Amino acid sequence: MADPMRIRAQMAGDKANVRVLMSHEMETGQRRDSAGKTIPAWFIQEVTALHNGKQVMRAEWGTPVSKNPFLQFFVKGAKAGDKIAVTWVDNKGEKRTDEATVS
Amino acid sequence: MKTNRREMLAQSATVMGLLATAGLLPQAAHAAWTKAAFEAKSVADAIKALGGNPSTESKDITLTGPDIAENGAVVPVGCSTNLPGVKRMAILVEKNPSVLAAVFDVSDAVDANFSTRVKMGQSSNVYAVAMMGDGRVLFSGKEIKVTLGGCGG
Repeated sequence: MADPMRIRAQMAGDKANVRVLMSHEMETGQRRDSAGKTIPAWFIQEVTALHNGKQVMRAEWGTPVSKNPFLQFFVKGAKAGDKIAVTWVDNKGEKRTDEATVS
Repeated sequence: MKTNRREMLAQSATVMGLLATAGLLPQAAHAAWTKAAFEAKSVADAIKALGGNPSTESKDITLTGPDIAENGAVVPVGCSTNLPGVKRMAILVEKNPSVLAAVFDVSDAVDANFSTRVKMGQSSNVYAVAMMGDGRVLFSGKEIKVTLGGCGG
């Protein structure tokens, strides 16, 4: 199981500024190991965000996204105490969901 | 009540659709990943694979990023716009082996303003692309120079 994400959701005006730091290798499939063999691609393909259980954002990612990806987005109409849940799914089918409370 | 086969199929399709939207079907979600777009080798091909029309440059789209990135493995970039009616936003790096970095589906509940970090193999133009609800595709871009090995070039 992958390491937990760090999610911080803070109110900024009438929106919640959500910042997520995920823990993932994001291997491109372009690099070779010391024996000259290609390291297979391993990366997050899909990221979804839920605000109080309702999907507000969905993203598709490719290999160019950096290792241990960072993501920032703004949720309209959120208020302190709301729940923001973020889920990622990688190309091996592994997934992880973490939740944070808006402060 | 008797349900015939046709109705049954229609209902199960609806249920499957609901499940897929709710993210309960990882396989279905994977199928939705637009492979062709992420394998595209040029900016134009990637936009076409996402279902976009020929794009026009627009001042209303903003790409944020450094002028010079010291470390090509972690380049902070963001795309945003204040235009209403944005359906999707994408970040593309022209000279990367995979041009398309990320696509964000914009809903009414989020701002069309996303930031992330991307890898860059070499100095290149980076584009923010917004696909509007009315079919227009707008973009803006800037060149980000990547300094490799810290030689300060």
